[in-house]
Amino acid sequence: MLDKLVNIDRRIIFALVAAAVVISLLMSFSLPVPATPPVMGIYDKINDMPPGSHVLIAFDYDPAAKEELQPMAIALLHHCYSRDLTVIGLTLWPGGTGLAEQALTSIARQYNRKSGEDFVFLGYKPGVASLIINMGENLYTAFPADFYGNDTKTLPALQGVESLRDLDYVIDLAAGASIETWIAFGKEKYKFDMGAGCTAVIGPDLYPFLDSDQINGLMAGLKGAAEYEVLVKYPAQAVEGMRPQSVTHALIVVFVIFSNAVFFASGGWRTVRRGPGARR
Amino acid sequence: MAHSAQRTGGEEMNRSTDFWILVGTLIAFTVINTLFFAIGSFKINWDSFGIVIAVGLTLAMYSFLYKDNPAFKIAENLYVGVALGYTVIITWYNALKPDIYDPLFVPIFTKATEPEYLVIVPMILGIFMLMRISARLSWLSRWSFAFVVGLGSGLTIPNYIHTFILKQIEPSMRPLFYGGESIYVSVNGILVLVGVVTVLLYFFFSIEHKGPIGVASKIGIYFLMVSFGASFGYTVMGRMSLLIGRMIFLLRDWLGVLH
Repeated sequence: MLDKLVNIDRRIIFALVAAAVVISLLMSFSLPVPATPPVMGIYDKINDMPPGSHVLIAFDYDPAAKEELQPMAIALLHHCYSRDLTVIGLTLWPGGTGLAEQALTSIARQYNRKSGEDFVFLGYKPGVASLIINMGENLYTAFPADFYGNDTKTLPALQGVESLRDLDYVIDLAAGASIETWIAFGKEKYKFDMGAGCTAVIGPDLYPFLDSDQINGLMAGLKGAAEYEVLVKYPAQAVEGMRPQSVTHALIVVFVIFSNAVFFASGGWRTVRRGPGARR
Repeated sequence: MAHSAQRTGGEEMNRSTDFWILVGTLIAFTVINTLFFAIGSFKINWDSFGIVIAVGLTLAMYSFLYKDNPAFKIAENLYVGVALGYTVIITWYNALKPDIYDPLFVPIFTKATEPEYLVIVPMILGIFMLMRISARLSWLSRWSFAFVVGLGSGLTIPNYIHTFILKQIEPSMRPLFYGGESIYVSVNGILVLVGVVTVLLYFFFSIEHKGPIGVASKIGIYFLMVSFGASFGYTVMGRMSLLIGRMIFLLRDWLGVLH
């Protein structure tokens, strides 16, 4: 019996996790999603900015990270548009272009914001660090035209912005190492305020930057997105995802306890201590 | 021999079962979608067609959890091809066309404005990089790499030292009490200090880890374990979020049972 449990078919575990997600999505119950100080940092910063301030959002992710970062982007855009802030969007990832444009334009329509006047989408440019430095020196040489081919110098949304130094806030939504690059080559060099949103996998690597005040706020994973949705009073996909998230986490804790109990009960720890080649 | 024949027979049966599971799933998928179109849940337009394709690809990718299969292989290769094609198009319209084609080539032929001849220098360096595919001309790529390495080092080294070392040392050296802060801030400061020192000692191999150094490095291991645990927890959270996102898509956009 114990041998069977030790060698349990992993597909049973997959099925249990899938069932937990589906059932918790279909059942109607709510769990509190209190906002944590790192997420509050971004919310407070945007809330305190006067209308017309320039916020740059870098959509540095692709469809593989859509489920975590797109809800974050949408919640941020709701906040920025509702506060009459001018949003400048761009991406350092070619795969993020479609997602960024979709988020910027679909939320803008809800607030009657016009492209080029109330927000601008600069599109994608390769280079990462060298592009950030280029933008730090002159935004218009880095992006002579926006995503739609309009001359950036003529866009009302960019009036008063010559380089990264003129931005009131920069937020990088990242699925890779771009936050570190923005900090090293952008924030530290051109001295602007910066916040970040990231996938849960890279979240722990970024907390030191909060501690050193190199970023003033951080949203990590779907949980960070859900907190922001609650703060801007726009509960959507991230908040909805918190129910199955909590249930699956509880299930995984049960799995860990159960598998350890079976491992010790079956005497497997003796083999591990002696080494795989040891005789009993 | 008997065992081998038995195993082959078992494998064949498994293969046959897997084949019928795959065929059954494809039939079920086709029937469900046809039904949705027939009863009007899906209207005949590109959006509905897109949803059906996205659902098919999602199910094909998750089918790998059962076993490697042709549907997964098709979806996997399709993803690689589509991603590459998308990247090429985006790079052309967002980088190559506005930065090289429009300022250099278009004015040469239209004579509307003065061509930006300065663009030729990075363009040639870029072409030199591609010369690696030729055994006879691959030496040219060294010039481009020399430029990239030289520029990259010059830009990166001072910025990285400032950002990732000097600025990161600051929070480890904050005073424990500077007035007004809560007790938790001070405890945090002590934890950060102890963590940094003990983990550094653990990775200091010039002294034998015995006595006080051994104790400190042991504490360092515990700090590392906590850090690995936090990373693993966040990774689990991230992977579950991806699954939840896809499930929401299947239940809401496809089956329509979630609102």
